[in-house]
Amino acid sequence: MKTGAKILIESLQREGVDTIFGYPGGSVLPIYDELYDSPLRHILVRHEQAAAHAADGYARASGRVGVCLATSGPGACNLVTGIATAYMDSVPVVAITGQVPTTMLGNDAFQESDIQGITMPITKHNYLVKDTAEIPRVVQEAFYIAGTGRQGPVLIDLPKDVNTRSIKDPVVPEKVVLRGYNPTYKGNKRQIDRAIELIKEAERPLIYAGGGIISSNASPELVEFATKIGIPITTTLMGIGCIPCDHPLNLGMLGMHGTEYANFAVTECDLLIAIGARFDDRVTGKIDTFAPRAKVIHIDIDPAEIGKNKRVDVPIVGDVKSVLADMIAGLKKTGACDAWDKKILHWKQHHPLRYGKDDGCLYPQFIIQQMNELLKGDAVIVSEVGQNQMWTAQYFCFRQPRTWITSGGLGTMGYGFPAAIGAHFARPDVPVFDVAGDGSIQMNIQEMGTVAQYKIPVKIAILNNMYLGMVRQWQELFYDRRYSFTELPPVEFVKIAQAYGIDGIKVESSDDVMTALKAAVDCDGPFLLDFRIEREENVFPMVPAGAAINEMIGGHPRS
Amino acid sequence: MKAHTLSILVENKAGVLSRVTGLFSRRGFNIESLAVGPCEEQDMSRITIVVIGDDAQVEQVMKQLNKLIDVIKVSDLTDNERVERELVMFKVTADQGTIRAEIMQIATIFRAQIVDVGAKSVILQVVGDTDKINAMEKLLRQFGIKELIRTGRIGILRGTKTVTSSK
Repeated sequence: MKTGAKILIESLQREGVDTIFGYPGGSVLPIYDELYDSPLRHILVRHEQAAAHAADGYARASGRVGVCLATSGPGACNLVTGIATAYMDSVPVVAITGQVPTTMLGNDAFQESDIQGITMPITKHNYLVKDTAEIPRVVQEAFYIAGTGRQGPVLIDLPKDVNTRSIKDPVVPEKVVLRGYNPTYKGNKRQIDRAIELIKEAERPLIYAGGGIISSNASPELVEFATKIGIPITTTLMGIGCIPCDHPLNLGMLGMHGTEYANFAVTECDLLIAIGARFDDRVTGKIDTFAPRAKVIHIDIDPAEIGKNKRVDVPIVGDVKSVLADMIAGLKKTGACDAWDKKILHWKQHHPLRYGKDDGCLYPQFIIQQMNELLKGDAVIVSEVGQNQMWTAQYFCFRQPRTWITSGGLGTMGYGFPAAIGAHFARPDVPVFDVAGDGSIQMNIQEMGTVAQYKIPVKIAILNNMYLGMVRQWQELFYDRRYSFTELPPVEFVKIAQAYGIDGIKVESSDDVMTALKAAVDCDGPFLLDFRIEREENVFPMVPAGAAINEMIGGHPRS
Repeated sequence: MKAHTLSILVENKAGVLSRVTGLFSRRGFNIESLAVGPCEEQDMSRITIVVIGDDAQVEQVMKQLNKLIDVIKVSDLTDNERVERELVMFKVTADQGTIRAEIMQIATIFRAQIVDVGAKSVILQVVGDTDKINAMEKLLRQFGIKELIRTGRIGILRGTKTVTSSK
């Protein structure tokens, strides 16, 4: 005879789980009792939101399913932002929640919340398990659904009595059978042939690569595909790392804070090949003027993304890794599009990213460049959300997939620090940095307790401008500098770190940046860097909301 | 913009209706009518939803429905040869003999059945497509409709074509 809790732990082990991020409470007591002497590593966070983000960071850095665990009611509700974050960025996470006993369901019992109902719009699928014997099947299905097709979070809600009840060895299904779930992996041959024809005819082709490349581990195929025919690539925020930043074909990020040359290329291309990307509004700006001269090929595993925002000429539903392999096989090496290449090179030379470098101020962009100089791309960089995120995306040179971790779709402030904790357990071999703002770090600052307790060597780099910087930037540009509730009083973050037993340095001059970064990397444990940056520095270039993406503020004059 | 009749085959599991209808409201679609019931396969149900939208919007909602794990198949019956029916019951004021006779005449014309007769009212039951039901409602309104209830439309393809799990 085995309890439901025991069956759960065994089921998780069968899925190869090694780490769980969680927080105990009344209704998960039976599960925690099993965890007490289980080989599974459990990391105690300080807030359930952090457990969800840590599982998400673990998943993004490793490519495996991340797992978090919380109690019923408030515990489950605290996971919600983390689950929604994972959902928007298609990250495989299994969230396990406790629930009041089945006999009390729907009774407004203590710490009861309908978490299945609450998370329906933000999970790929979810379960309320009412029978202990179902646990092995449900866990198996949850991991399968989370980790296949277009990945995403799955929640399993487990009432307390389901966990405490003992049953004879439950049946473990041999394989997952889901009649309503059959993702398409192989691209349609006819559409692939049509795409190849379009590529042959194109004079100004451009690849627009998104997070789907990373999820499907298709970076090698993408680079091979692009180099075989010499097509330049622009990446979304989520696609950063799918091609090395300094690769000659890479135009960097497009969209609201993309490079000028990427946005120009989109506007002027005659063939846009969207791969694992979803034409998000932060990418396209005004959709009618996005790639206005281009035929569009769209490769995505999710049929619902094709044609959702932009009319597509050749839709290819499938796993981008498999589709790209087929396209590579079908393509003959073609002559380069000389005029187009020259044009792009001209844009790259005359419209580089820039900031006011040599006036002695401490610029956030400089800090990111120094970080890049020191780490040489051999690190996992996690960001919070806002200016810190955009500066890192623009100025850090990412060379490998899964080394850039950020909340793109939901834009969750407070994501970075806990996600960095998760990323460390996926990649203990490299330094993990959380690039933060003084606003976002305070949204999950309690996790200093977690990194201190387990000596998790996450380095927190706060780009501290004593503002909610991105919102302030919008207020400066579009609201007559009326800084409504965006100024934050100064905080001595180093002292907060010290209170948790974490070392840190406050940095106020650009001369001290490298020394401070080295101190952080050399420290065995967690470390905090409080960079007092130029307060009103903006993220440029910038496409105002609703404008065409080639109409950027803060760009170079068009030549 | 036109009415589309969607036939949705789903796993007969707790919460599946809320997943389907939640998706409609979340994506900004209004459900015109909804009918659910068990079907020829024991552990499945069939949902018929009538929704108003242009073809692209309806295509998007169908794709989103297909992503639900518990949804096995989604078909838009609209542009196919099909039979659509709805059952309606009218409770009509009928406290005078002459009125009662008139109502019964209308019932005969529309092949409606009188399923209850009280001292002051009668209940008529009619099965048909939307046009027929609307026409009947219009006629009965003069007598005073006290209550009206409709099952929501259900639809099925003509001929051998089916909306089933086998593809």
